[in-house]
Amino acid sequence: MAFLRDPKPWLFLICLYPLARLGYLGYTDGLGVNPIEFITRSLGTWTLTGLLLTLAVTPARRLTGRASLVRHRRMLGLFAFFYGVLHLLSYLWLDQFFDWAAMVKDVLKRPFITFGMVAFLLLLPLALTSTQAAMRRLGRNWQRVHWLIYPAAIAGVLHYGWLVKKDLTQPLIYGGILALFLGLRVFWRYKKTKAG
Amino acid sequence: AALPPYKKGAYGTTEPVNSFKEITSYNNFYEFGTDKADPAAHAYSLQTRPWTVSIEGACRKPKVWDIDALIKAFPLEERIYRLRCVEGWSMVIPWLGFPLANLLKQAEPTGDAKYVEFSSLHDPKQMPGQRRAILDWPYVEGLRLDEAMHPLTLLAVGLYGQELPKQNGAPIRLVVPWKYGFKSAKSIVRIRLVEQQPVSSWMKAAPREYGFYSNVNPEVDHPRWSQAKERRIGEFLKRPTLMFNGYGDQVAHLYAGMDLRKYF
Repeated sequence: MAFLRDPKPWLFLICLYPLARLGYLGYTDGLGVNPIEFITRSLGTWTLTGLLLTLAVTPARRLTGRASLVRHRRMLGLFAFFYGVLHLLSYLWLDQFFDWAAMVKDVLKRPFITFGMVAFLLLLPLALTSTQAAMRRLGRNWQRVHWLIYPAAIAGVLHYGWLVKKDLTQPLIYGGILALFLGLRVFWRYKKTKAG
Repeated sequence: AALPPYKKGAYGTTEPVNSFKEITSYNNFYEFGTDKADPAAHAYSLQTRPWTVSIEGACRKPKVWDIDALIKAFPLEERIYRLRCVEGWSMVIPWLGFPLANLLKQAEPTGDAKYVEFSSLHDPKQMPGQRRAILDWPYVEGLRLDEAMHPLTLLAVGLYGQELPKQNGAPIRLVVPWKYGFKSAKSIVRIRLVEQQPVSSWMKAAPREYGFYSNVNPEVDHPRWSQAKERRIGEFLKRPTLMFNGYGDQVAHLYAGMDLRKYF
């Protein structure tokens, strides 16, 4: 039963939970009376959650000393991208029904849509260069490319914050956690330069 | 409690009506939380009896009405209205109520009365959402006197032939069908006739985004989203939003000569 001790398949199943939940709610009439809004928002918040979990790997590794944690970062990041794609699809298809003229106007005119689109475009090269082969080919530049997750996550939080009508609680929670993770990195870098 | 008998109103739409479940499970009523499922979950704590509504300010006959006396005082009628939320969704709702004009006429507004200000209940014990300063409580809304006297403007006390559910603004709420939903104040305790244009809660919260008039207008976007289309709850494709929510024939004259971009 060695395969049961490998955390990877388990993590994969856990990462499917948001999608399975939507499927279950859809099947049991649990998506509320505005299911399109529910689905789009749910996929959006899970994308942010996925990005934050990806960004949590490095601090978790440093704080626990478990270097093996980094093995799971790629799957988390790819799932975040997967939910981002579904979120974008639900906007294009369910919400706007491919009304391209309206969407172009939306992206140019409305900061919250613009930031969402920017976040997606920043994540795209990360997903495309997530393979071992790309890592080898890019060498040192791979890290530079994947640094893009920071602006992507910031754009994602702004995208959420700009959308809500008044109550900023939820976006502030995501923003606070993101600020904490970024702050930790700045702090560690500062300590390193001081020590060195 | 059962409502007195009512008749079908003269105004209304023949469009299919949204279901009772849709109308009572998807609400913006920040007094009970900012999620649209919150009002249905939390509004049970609202005590709708005893309840009084005071008519005061620039009128000759101010009065504090008991809610049951008020419901009996004016003949009730059913009005099937479209409701367009500023967020971009809409419903068709069979309200039960009476024209606000009937009540205002009885109060006899004086020449100083230019506007009407509506205040909702302020009681954080009954309205848990008020424990957070999301808006400047109590919820305040306002209409110009001629808007308030318009025959379409309704004080609703019921829905689907029954007493108004708490999450929909029991025991008495305003319904102004050609304006975005937030203009229609819920759980009203005070109606004041005033000379100056009232400052509504949403105007205070975000003056750039929510104006005093807030007429449904597909050509004037909300600063952060388009108002050209709406999703009718229960439908898949969005439909175009109509000027004055489709009530232009009845209300456009109220705004003749006004720049609706400036007076949004």
